[in-house]
Amino acid sequence: MLDGALLSIDGLSVAYDGSIALNGVSLQIRKGELICVVGANGAGKTSLIRSISGIVRSSSGVVKMNGANITGLPSWEICERGIAQVAEGRQIFGSLSVEENLLLGGSLKRAKAHQLETLEFVYQLFDRLRERRRQLAGTLSGGEQQMLAIGRAIMSKPEIVMFDEPSIGLSPALTDVMFGVVESLHKQGITVLLVEQNVAKSLALSDRGYVLENGSIVLHGSSHELLNNSEIQRAYLGM
Amino acid sequence: MLSLWLNVLASGILLGLVYGLVALGLTIIFGVMRVVNFAHGEMVVFGVYIGYWAVRLCNVPIIVAAAIAAVLMFFFGYLLEASIVKRFVNRPHHYQFIVFIGLSLLFSGVLLVAFGPDPRPTASELSFSTVSLGFVTLDLARLQAAITAGLLIALLGVYLRFSSFGRALRAAADNRLGGLVVGLNIPRVYAVTFGIGAACAGVAGALISPLFDAQPYLAVDFTLLAFVTVIVGGLGSFSGALLGGLVIGVAEAIAALMFTPSLKTALPYALLIIILIFRPRGFFGAKEI
Repeated sequence: MLDGALLSIDGLSVAYDGSIALNGVSLQIRKGELICVVGANGAGKTSLIRSISGIVRSSSGVVKMNGANITGLPSWEICERGIAQVAEGRQIFGSLSVEENLLLGGSLKRAKAHQLETLEFVYQLFDRLRERRRQLAGTLSGGEQQMLAIGRAIMSKPEIVMFDEPSIGLSPALTDVMFGVVESLHKQGITVLLVEQNVAKSLALSDRGYVLENGSIVLHGSSHELLNNSEIQRAYLGM
Repeated sequence: MLSLWLNVLASGILLGLVYGLVALGLTIIFGVMRVVNFAHGEMVVFGVYIGYWAVRLCNVPIIVAAAIAAVLMFFFGYLLEASIVKRFVNRPHHYQFIVFIGLSLLFSGVLLVAFGPDPRPTASELSFSTVSLGFVTLDLARLQAAITAGLLIALLGVYLRFSSFGRALRAAADNRLGGLVVGLNIPRVYAVTFGIGAACAGVAGALISPLFDAQPYLAVDFTLLAFVTVIVGGLGSFSGALLGGLVIGVAEAIAALMFTPSLKTALPYALLIIILIFRPRGFFGAKEI
């Protein structure tokens, strides 16, 4: 166990209709860290994020935020604790305007009082979203929708943001932009849990990393160690 | 002759607005929760009985009876969702059909036991008053029902468009998972949505209580009518429900005039089939609550 972990997960398991998606995963994130969880398709990355956020029920294990047990709380109460996510597939509201999407992200009790300031902050971060704020979110390009999903997460004034494969479906150039955004958010003091298939780029960005395979953590360590690990180089980095 | 046609057209439009309100309740529930409320007609009939008893016992104006129906039916819908419907929201459609058909039979049975099968005319003074506007003579009960229904539809539209709950409701309709991601209390949104849907049906029922005798068997007609209206307009569409209501109201009135009153209920179905052949998704067949 790390001392003073912001988010700590101990023995988390998830099963869908009898098949195990996540098997006793433990990990800790300190305040201000940027850590990544890397793994192939189907390794359990999305199950990890959805069970932390209460969207999917875990079958066993404990999730603690700031020392308080939040296991089994409904998703909206977990959001109130300051855990936001940029979900797989973005999950924006396509038939609502860009600004309505952002305001929905900022409708939690913890964020409501500062809604307009945070909105301004998001617009400064993503000029594109300000230009298109009256437009329906469904008409944005893939990259813009990803910006919107990130902006919507920021609107909740989170302590930690979990990114579920933010680079998926984006061109290499946009992928770099996206990782740049993750990095700059981290530099502004937001704790980041980055879940990715893009192992090289995620490790290059993060302080520490965990490797998820078939629902279990098989390796973890500093990103530097992992990048130099021969198994990882062979299995994920094609060296 | 022209004045007869105008009168029929006007009365069709007036009733159509009330049908629109009924259909709106059904379409909001479907649009947000993707469940089909087969007990919607019973909720209209609850409203008719509320209108009947409020006028009979307290002699209040129909508008007040409608307000009572709105409050009672909102809580009824809210509690029904929070106790029973929510357990079936994520189940396959055929499970839901059985539950709602069961509820519809249960509600009809309760009405039958409580009030008997005989029609009860509300017969307020309003039922017999008319107002003349040059070419057309309108009956006052119908005019009042239509104006109230029209105002409520407009108010509901503004509320859903501009209030923060309306935004949450539209978000939940658009993307349930997205709603969970941003921390919407989806069960609460669903219960309130069902309450709003039931209130629409109840208010419409109370408004037409001077026009239709309160009777348990009325429910089936209203359920079917709401379905036809919603399908003509496009399932899940706000403006579709309103347009569908007007089309059905006018079609009924014209059928009664041109052919025979017995065809009054058949024509909307003929219309439904024709429209579905040419526009399989109705006039506004999309998600746009």
